[in-house]
Amino acid sequence: MDAILLQILNGLDKGSAYALIALGLTLIFGTLGVVNFAHGALFMIGAFCTVTFNNLLSYEKVTISETEVSPWGTPLEIETPYVELWFGDFGAMMIDYSVFWSILFAIPVMLLLGIVMERGLIKHFYKRPHADQILVTFGLAIVLQEVIKSVYGANPIPQPAPEAFVGSIDVGALIGMTENSVLYPIWRMVYFLFAVVVIGGIFAFLRYTTFGMVVRAGMADRETVGLLGIDIDKRFTAMFGLAAVVTGLAGVMYTPILSPNYHMGMDFLVLCFVVVVVGGMGSLAGAVAAGFLLGILQSFASMPEVKAFLFGFSIDQVIIYLVAVIILLTRPRGLMGRKGVMET
Amino acid sequence: MGILEVKGVSKHFGGLLALDDVNLSIQQNTVHAIIGPNGAGKSTLLNCFIGKLLPDTGTVMFNNKSLLGLAPYQINQAGISRVFQTPEVFSELSILENVMIPAFAHRDGAFHLSPFKSLARETSIREQAEKILQDVGLIDERHHTASAMSRGNKRRLEMAMCLVQQPKLLLLDEPTAGMSRSDTNNTIDLLKTINEAHNITFVVIEHDMHVVFSLADRISVLSQGHVIVEDYPDKIKGHPEVQEAYLGTAESE
Amino acid sequence: MLKTPHTSDRTLMIVFTILVLAGPLILAPVGAGYPDLMQRFVIYGIFAIGFNILFGLTGYLSFGHAAFLGVGSYSAIWMLKLLSVNIVPAIIFSVVVSGLFALLIGYISLRRSGIYFSILTLAFAQMSYNLAYSVLTPITNGETGLQLELDDPRILDGASESGQVASPSLFGFEMSDTAVVPFLGMDLQFNVGFYVSALILIGMFYLSLRIFRSPFGMMLRAIKSNQTRLNYTGFNSRPYALTAFVISGMYAGLAGALLVCMDPLAGAERMQWTASGEVVLMTIMGGAGTLIGPVLGAGIIKYFENIFSRINESVVEGWFSALPEGVTDVLVAVVSPFLGSGWHISLGLIFMLVVIFLPGGLVEGAGRLMNLVVRLWQSRKTGASQSDTGPADGVTPAEEVSHRSVNTRES
Repeated sequence: MDAILLQILNGLDKGSAYALIALGLTLIFGTLGVVNFAHGALFMIGAFCTVTFNNLLSYEKVTISETEVSPWGTPLEIETPYVELWFGDFGAMMIDYSVFWSILFAIPVMLLLGIVMERGLIKHFYKRPHADQILVTFGLAIVLQEVIKSVYGANPIPQPAPEAFVGSIDVGALIGMTENSVLYPIWRMVYFLFAVVVIGGIFAFLRYTTFGMVVRAGMADRETVGLLGIDIDKRFTAMFGLAAVVTGLAGVMYTPILSPNYHMGMDFLVLCFVVVVVGGMGSLAGAVAAGFLLGILQSFASMPEVKAFLFGFSIDQVIIYLVAVIILLTRPRGLMGRKGVMET
Repeated sequence: MGILEVKGVSKHFGGLLALDDVNLSIQQNTVHAIIGPNGAGKSTLLNCFIGKLLPDTGTVMFNNKSLLGLAPYQINQAGISRVFQTPEVFSELSILENVMIPAFAHRDGAFHLSPFKSLARETSIREQAEKILQDVGLIDERHHTASAMSRGNKRRLEMAMCLVQQPKLLLLDEPTAGMSRSDTNNTIDLLKTINEAHNITFVVIEHDMHVVFSLADRISVLSQGHVIVEDYPDKIKGHPEVQEAYLGTAESE
Repeated sequence: MLKTPHTSDRTLMIVFTILVLAGPLILAPVGAGYPDLMQRFVIYGIFAIGFNILFGLTGYLSFGHAAFLGVGSYSAIWMLKLLSVNIVPAIIFSVVVSGLFALLIGYISLRRSGIYFSILTLAFAQMSYNLAYSVLTPITNGETGLQLELDDPRILDGASESGQVASPSLFGFEMSDTAVVPFLGMDLQFNVGFYVSALILIGMFYLSLRIFRSPFGMMLRAIKSNQTRLNYTGFNSRPYALTAFVISGMYAGLAGALLVCMDPLAGAERMQWTASGEVVLMTIMGGAGTLIGPVLGAGIIKYFENIFSRINESVVEGWFSALPEGVTDVLVAVVSPFLGSGWHISLGLIFMLVVIFLPGGLVEGAGRLMNLVVRLWQSRKTGASQSDTGPADGVTPAEEVSHRSVNTRES
């Protein structure tokens, strides 16, 4: 029982990331009809926004201590980050909570990146075949990934969670089970809650605003909306920007869980494509549901019991693909897919 | 016993009853027209013949074999060809190739692998295709790609693609839709010639009464998913129920 | 092309054969005449030809073909280890294995078309890559990869007794053997491995030509053009597409095997998505759906990869050293990220530029260019002809050229 609960919890954070990325992907090809292979790169760049922001924060002023000496007898160098120097305790707090502050940094960056991408490149591909869209965004994904690699190097760069969120919650004790039976890292809980808020926000936005209404109408029937004389162009750009921000923030918040590296985008993108296919192309709810489902499934697959049952083969790396195969063979349109979406 | 026997076919789309207990018997070597006002269920019925839709109830028998549940290619292999409402051809291929493909399907079946045989040596297939292209009047432009053709010529090409397979039954979905009067008359002549020369049973779905009465040996009138009348053309002309069906929806058309 | 392709195809075949066999002579002046690189041109050419049968002819964009390359490599190295360093069993075995693997993956992926298909193949390739790194470590040796070792069993030819690891060979001719012939001040390098691969490439090119010119090839083009229509025409299109998929998978497996035969080393990175993307790029760059395009694309990409990735910052500084120091620094800073280890950025950019501006690839580009040149030439000539020979002369070149440009697109 507690083992099962633990695996569900463990799957939630990865599932949250899948759901957020898959949601962005679905929004883009639901409305714009574009398959964006550079979407994973947005997640990765989001994560590197945190790295950049942290680097900026930790620019240090080096002062030579007049009183203390280092063990080698030289005057001790004291490194104080400028923010701390300028803002005192507030600065220290900024450094500790840098992940959250990075969100503020990442929103304009991602929005700008999204808009530039859409206006500069994707826009010209609306009328081109899907294969061309795939190829050009694929090329873009290579470029973005390699640029990040050349700037930040090939090694993962660990990012700390804020002090207050380090450690675990004893979920077992909370719900009346044996103490310490189910320990869950606090930051993963934060990530899950963050994902729930963002996903809820997007659904509310699509449901209760006129903009959202147009977008939903566009997803159901693109041509008609175009004919209504609604300026779809601007909305497309805005939609792309929104999807970029959502995906970027998913990356920002994920940094304490997974140290950012240049290939994380493609790693997640491939899985999220599978998520989208399983959920049903064009279905937002399907993308979210499949994201969580597959995240949890993946965490179950990594249980030692499962490994023992499969004669020592660990299948957590491939379970998602296996599920996708089974789904495609039995329900070709995915769990919640509609007929005729992107089928040509 | 007809070549195509439709018994008790019904089809729902959600709450909408598109076909309601349709019975048809189409006799060999006739031109059988199915007419009816918009939304009467003509296209739905046709789609049930070709494997695109599966009816909720009823049977569709072709030469005493059920067509239900067969894939489109199996239905074609059984001897039913179809001319589409909007002409569908292989745009990037040459006109001759467009006709050779169905000829191969007719000769070799649904799947036949000979990846290293030379296309240039398939002379009999090519001659077949060229003969049909001669019949429909496209022989001169046979090496052009199909994408640049006019709509009327695409229709001819489609006709050729069907004829080269020597089908037992040819389904024509509004063969003159969107055509000028002269093109329509040409198509009627073409169809008549084909019908006389090849002994093919035609099922024609058509709006244009001029086409219907020029071609059909027998007419079924479909209205709101029912066959309301089935009779000879001259009997249909003054039939009160037919007039009612058309007049009743005339304003909405 | 239905008229009489025999003569023009024969010419194409002869020209292609001569060009490939004369590789060392042609490539030496451009600094690409050494065995390692020439082998790569040829092997990736095979890979791209196979990919083109699926993508160019059938219209299915696979993003997972590196998986077959990797499977081919692993199968080949196991044969070299277990049976014999003779490359024949290794090549046969890896083509069979990759064909079976392609059958399995194709059977599932081809249930969907369009982007679903692309996504599925990408997913399968990533799965294979992950498996090679994790679960299948006993077979793949994980991150380290596989290579020939002294204690390999080698049932057929017996383990080497000389105390040296034997290198792959074909009935006694070692792949790494090279004859260096001085010629006009250059050293021409005639390498066994290159010629083995080159002969296979010529064979594979011929095979692809036959497929292009067969009824089967016509069916594949019909699938690309309008698959639904093909089904209503009485063909079951799926087995045709699956056959194309398996054939292209076998080509990839063959290429993978040859890579191992030339350099007996197999690692999982060969299966990465960037490798899958590379073959897509080669095919598009040269011209998808054309016969010669993919080979051309493969050569160009591999050539630039070789040139670009060798240039480091000091070489770049050398280029601009004549300029004032500040300018040099700026130029070096601008240019160097795209070169050396940053070659992949350039690769991605080339990829985008080709898709944006030249979706038909170089073969189409060359055709367009030729048309343009001829039109200019013709307009000059007709301008001149009015005064001297009359209009009849001006018409001939136009006809000739329009005919030729059609040929280019097809060949």
